Amino acid sequence: MARAVTPQRKLVNTGVAWAVGLLIFFPILWTILTSFKTEAQAINDPPLFLFFDWTLENYTIVQERSNYMRFLWNSVIIAGGSTILGILIAVPAAWSMAFVPSRRTKDILLWMLSTKMLPAVGVLYPIYLLFIQLGLLDSRAGLVVVLMLINLPIIVWMLYTYFREIPGEILEAARMDGAELRQEILYILTPMAIPGIASTLLLNFILAWNEAFWTLNLTAVDAAPLTAFIASYSSPEGLFFAKLSAASTMAIAPILILGWFSQKQLVRGLTFGAVK
Amino acid sequence: MFLKNALRAATALTLVSAAAAQAQTITIATVNNGDMIRMQGYTDQFTEQTGIEVEWVTLEENVLRQRVTTDITTKGGQFDIMTIGMYETPIWGANGWLVPLDDLSAEYDVDDILPAMRNGLSHDGTLYAAPFYGESSMVMYRTDLMEAAGLEMPQAPTWEFIREAAAAMDDPENDINGICLRGKAGWGEGGAFITVTGNSFGARWFDENWTAQFDQPEWSEALNFYVNLMNDYGPEGYATNGFNENLSLFQQGKCGMWIDATVAASFVTNPDDSTVADHVGFALAPNKDGVEKRANWLWAWALAIPAGTQQEDAAKQFIEWATSKDYIELVAENEGWANVPPGARTSLYETPEYQEVPFAQMTLDSINAADPTDPTVDPVPYVGIQFVAIPEFAGIATLVSQEFSAAYAGQQSIEEALEKAQAITTEEMEAAGY
Amino acid sequence: MATQHSRSAARLMMAPAVVLLLGWMLVPLIMTLYFSFRNYFPLRPDRVPGWAGFDNYVRFFTSSAFWPSVQTTLVIVGGVLVITVVLGILLAMLLDQPMWGQGVVRILVIAPFFVMPTVSALVWKNMFMDPVNGLLAHLWRFFGAEPVSWLSEVPTASIVMIVSWQWLPFATLILLTAIQSLDSEQLEAAAMDGAPKLKQFWYIILPHLSRAITIVILIQTIFLLSIFAEIFVTTGGAFGTRTLTYLIFQRVLESQNVGLGSAGGVYAIILANIVAIFLMRIVGKNLDA
Repeated sequence: MARAVTPQRKLVNTGVAWAVGLLIFFPILWTILTSFKTEAQAINDPPLFLFFDWTLENYTIVQERSNYMRFLWNSVIIAGGSTILGILIAVPAAWSMAFVPSRRTKDILLWMLSTKMLPAVGVLYPIYLLFIQLGLLDSRAGLVVVLMLINLPIIVWMLYTYFREIPGEILEAARMDGAELRQEILYILTPMAIPGIASTLLLNFILAWNEAFWTLNLTAVDAAPLTAFIASYSSPEGLFFAKLSAASTMAIAPILILGWFSQKQLVRGLTFGAVK
Repeated sequence: MFLKNALRAATALTLVSAAAAQAQTITIATVNNGDMIRMQGYTDQFTEQTGIEVEWVTLEENVLRQRVTTDITTKGGQFDIMTIGMYETPIWGANGWLVPLDDLSAEYDVDDILPAMRNGLSHDGTLYAAPFYGESSMVMYRTDLMEAAGLEMPQAPTWEFIREAAAAMDDPENDINGICLRGKAGWGEGGAFITVTGNSFGARWFDENWTAQFDQPEWSEALNFYVNLMNDYGPEGYATNGFNENLSLFQQGKCGMWIDATVAASFVTNPDDSTVADHVGFALAPNKDGVEKRANWLWAWALAIPAGTQQEDAAKQFIEWATSKDYIELVAENEGWANVPPGARTSLYETPEYQEVPFAQMTLDSINAADPTDPTVDPVPYVGIQFVAIPEFAGIATLVSQEFSAAYAGQQSIEEALEKAQAITTEEMEAAGY
Repeated sequence: MATQHSRSAARLMMAPAVVLLLGWMLVPLIMTLYFSFRNYFPLRPDRVPGWAGFDNYVRFFTSSAFWPSVQTTLVIVGGVLVITVVLGILLAMLLDQPMWGQGVVRILVIAPFFVMPTVSALVWKNMFMDPVNGLLAHLWRFFGAEPVSWLSEVPTASIVMIVSWQWLPFATLILLTAIQSLDSEQLEAAAMDGAPKLKQFWYIILPHLSRAITIVILIQTIFLLSIFAEIFVTTGGAFGTRTLTYLIFQRVLESQNVGLGSAGGVYAIILANIVAIFLMRIVGKNLDA
């Protein structure tokens, strides 16, 4: 919605927007800055912004204490696996809801969303016992399934709203030409839906990456992701702001970078059908 | 039930045969305290000696407790060694969830463990967890400020003297608080501190019939004293200060006195971290004049083996290594005597080099002054000084300490807090079937 | 347009998702229901588990902590919703204006959404809200004011603030996409007619956003009803910040009373469904194509 405005107006807009943007971003910026300070500098009064002796010692300490790469890898596998599995299951469901709606479609959709409202902690013991019986404790496979189930309603819903924006006439035309259902999905819908699928993928990857209850309680060593990594850096003894900042930066950096690079895709599909 | 047992046996068999085939690895859940982190650094030496690999799961205290409790009660078998405290050990030991440590080797010298620690980590005379380090609590004070105030700290001060000294040292203009104490909610934080303070005023959690005692005058007196002291001479926002917040205040020279864990002594006297390292003195925790019990607790972080682990022998080997005299010497050699894990072994306090450490004797005296079986003036049906060793306590005490903290923050009166504490405790004990 | 054939195919395609979710909902739900009628104390193997009837339900409901926790839950959810929607609209309108470096500003604004709740709670609690070393305390002292100990003096507001910071980007993004789809001719016509800005906003922009706002409210409510890490890390439920979810956590894990906690879980499900029905009433209308 490009509108012609005076340069003065644009300057004011720019100034205000940048100020607000930096204010919102500031806690993250401050965390990153603090991660390069010594512990003493981290609590210096007055606070130090840029003019301090930049050091990497916190990152060295964190790396020595815990195997970052293993946590990172587990996070990638768990978040990625659960998202991809979720998409595979959700695409057919969303397709049928969008193109072959019945009276109950909306009820099913809303019911799916309501399953997300179960308080997780209430079922910790049941799920833990179930995982013991199935031998899934501390396994990435178990977490992939749990996180997939947690996010499935959101995935189905996002895809559904996206599919609905695809005009039905195109499908009719394809059917006239004798396209089978399989072909219809594969060659017509999927290409059109790729932006929607991409942003669904991204959003759920972020949600799975940040999930901190199940990932912490169902893992020990082999499957522990970055949420478990961060759980050991709020120190009960002595100064820890700088080390906490380093660990935090390491935990959020991958997803932050991914998010920034893909923010255009993310934004395009994040409409949940809100735009018509 | 039969099916379940059969299944379990079958799984156990497969696990045993699988374990025999590969190099041994043990998984240890531990807390992220400094001494534990240091131990992780020396693990390679253990692996070199024994060929046993060690995997660490290091978690913040609250997360750790939640994690290991879930695992032990469901027999999840995720860990071969758990780091637990003096609160959990007797309860879990009594439930048969821990492997008894009654066959440790002769060179380990189990009799060398400080009697107070050994008692606290045993159930019916059987040791269930080996102390990695132990602590009591004591007064740490600024010698320079005391001198300037013209006072002298006795070896065994009373609360009245502490108040007097706090008034004398309090200096808001220079950002110095007379006294810093824990107020943070949580049974192991402010809850522990107010419980021992209660003991030193003759208060108790329960009478012999498990009836809550917060409606008794001793509690009211203790709580009023604490709140008045802190409102007058304590730091702003003390209701959210726990061990670590106070440590950092003291290290920055913002406290005249601090009554807390004896392990803090090595942090406040370490010149790398503390701006007041050269001016710290120590004294026994205070009592109310005329009450024989002092406000000092007893705690140990200890290593225990959950029953049912497939790696029992390897786990025992690790525990013997980590809590041995040799380990203490190893740390002393590399990091100096002030940094060895304290409070676990008698022999440490007989080591001449360690006796030179300024806080060593006071730590030992404080530990010896604490008796978990007889925590307060009146008889009680429970074991434990700053806690009550029943499974329900952590939950109850967290709720109660949250009410107290709300009173510290001025959100409710002390009377209201005590009334709610009494109601909560009664309600919870009833729910638990006492 | 649907034939019989495509209908049955549609059912088949929906089946995996529906069956899985049904399982995911029913298995824990049935287990929760089962435990809620039992005496189950994991730390007390000496106590033979048995049927408790409705004891757990009565006890949970009559406990002094119950109603305050429901209230806290609603205050936190409501507070965050109001803040994120209002600020989200303002922010979206700002970002929609022509400016230099729009892409970068948008990146800055959405960044908090990528931060793990645990990390954001730790960072806010320690590095900003700490009354001694926190940045806000430094700022207050710089202006000669007495530092506020946020998490004990205004605990609920502080948590609402932290959570709002995390969810503001989400609201902003959805509202921004909606604003960008607004027909600018309509606005220009209104401006020509001399309609004041406020009227334009009230009669044109806000109605246009209503659908996006409902979406934001719906999605966020789902996530906000179960916030946990932010409370666990910052106050541990003290100072009146105990939500229903947190109360259940205290019952199950701190008090180790699974029966009582499970009864609480059932109440939470009921509350969630009340909120859900309430939301569906509003959203349902708006979601109709």
